[in-house]
Amino acid sequence: MPIGIPYRFWLSFVFVDCRRSKLSSYLLMSLILTLIPLTQLHWFDLERLPLFVISVIAIAIVLFTTYSRRSREKFKIRKIAGMDAVEDAIGRATEMARPVLFTPGWGGDIQRPTTIASMNFLSHIARKTGSYDCELLYPTHDPVIMTVAQEVIKEAYARAGYVDRYRDSNVTYVSSSQFGYAAAVDGMISRKKPASIFLLGTFEAESLILAETGNSIGAIQIAGTDSTIQLSFFIVACDYTLIGEELFAASGYLSQDPSILASVRAQDILKLLIALFILVAVVAATLGQVTDIATGDWWVF
Amino acid sequence: MDRRLALTACFIFGILMFAQYFSSHPLARSVNLAILEYWQIIFAFTLLVGVVSFFKNSVVAMKNKEERPYRMIGLIGLIGMPALALIWGIRADTPFMWMFENVQAPMQSTVFALLAFFVASASYRGFRARSLQAAILLGAAAIILLSRSQLGGVFSDVVTPVADWVRNYPSMSARRAILIGIGLGSLTTSLRVILGIERTWLGGKQ
Repeated sequence: MPIGIPYRFWLSFVFVDCRRSKLSSYLLMSLILTLIPLTQLHWFDLERLPLFVISVIAIAIVLFTTYSRRSREKFKIRKIAGMDAVEDAIGRATEMARPVLFTPGWGGDIQRPTTIASMNFLSHIARKTGSYDCELLYPTHDPVIMTVAQEVIKEAYARAGYVDRYRDSNVTYVSSSQFGYAAAVDGMISRKKPASIFLLGTFEAESLILAETGNSIGAIQIAGTDSTIQLSFFIVACDYTLIGEELFAASGYLSQDPSILASVRAQDILKLLIALFILVAVVAATLGQVTDIATGDWWVF
Repeated sequence: MDRRLALTACFIFGILMFAQYFSSHPLARSVNLAILEYWQIIFAFTLLVGVVSFFKNSVVAMKNKEERPYRMIGLIGLIGMPALALIWGIRADTPFMWMFENVQAPMQSTVFALLAFFVASASYRGFRARSLQAAILLGAAAIILLSRSQLGGVFSDVVTPVADWVRNYPSMSARRAILIGIGLGSLTTSLRVILGIERTWLGGKQ
């Protein structure tokens, strides 16, 4: 235990009837004796208990679907137009002898699940561009993302069997400043005129600046982000937009890995549970308003 | 072996960060703070990698006579600003602050201002009543724009309540549905990474 932090110790006396079941009584006594000091020392924040319970249920469902053999065998993902268009977009760039540009946006860092999801997409695209000998440009605002992207692209090129086609200079850090990044990527789009642009990651105000510049040069644009505000800009300016969880499902969709596909199924189960919860809460709240039945506010936490 | 080490570290820190969120104990908080501080240190070193990469790429491109003026301006900024900061400091009335306030900040504002023109051009393409859905979108956009403009004051009794209803009910419900999907997607992606099912961030499966 660290020195210099005040600790409070509680001594509790628990009287347990040990005549019937000795083992269970000892277990009960140990549990109570353990929980009392833990609660007092704030090892567990009781205010976050509902969130903890929900998290545990969600994690259990994800683990069950991922590792359950039955779930892995019977699951099929629906068609997503944006992901089916990837092949055409890269094919077009190859035919036009122009590069493909992929950028993860300014809003995220490597800790964000959206960035990880965009890396899955990048790996698939890099394998295709490696096979077709098509130049892949990857400008970013974050040096950590740059390092990870270099590794992902290099590995994808190696798996395609063309590691010699990989160029470190195509995966570049441009600026950590939001509009510095936007200006640099805009300049790259205007000068290099990529035939296909992938805007996948966390975007903020730069989203429309990039998407409109891409649109002005006639590039095929596939976008996806976790920002609901920027999604509306992408829908207007891009050819295909991955909305919400579609970006996260990309990994399973593109790789067809059964364990990843099964975890996508967990999302559907959780979504169904949330919808049921909302429905029951709405009915309870309405009953509480229109009748004298005390339904409480158990859904608020 | 290096990949196994990275996966183990990811698993341990993933579980640790999840657990510390549900604890208000000083030890849990200090662990969280220590990890965040280490993250800052790692980021500082990777920033150096980024700057070196930018410098190297710019020099190579200039040697190859590619985009020379742009690369030159980029390099001048990259070397010039830290040099000014090192020589005269970064307080008010120093050359560094003068450059920041009179060159960098106006340039950033200029790029941001481009957004207004791009919103207009994107709206022109997006708000065409080519189908029933597009017509509904056009109608909703017209109501919102009218309520938020100076002209909206004239029809405020009618337009503002309708605009507020559009924002608070149909728009908000759609937004929340997307947010639920994003939250669940984030959860499953994070779990896949923590459990080592998803390994693309390491370069792929091995």
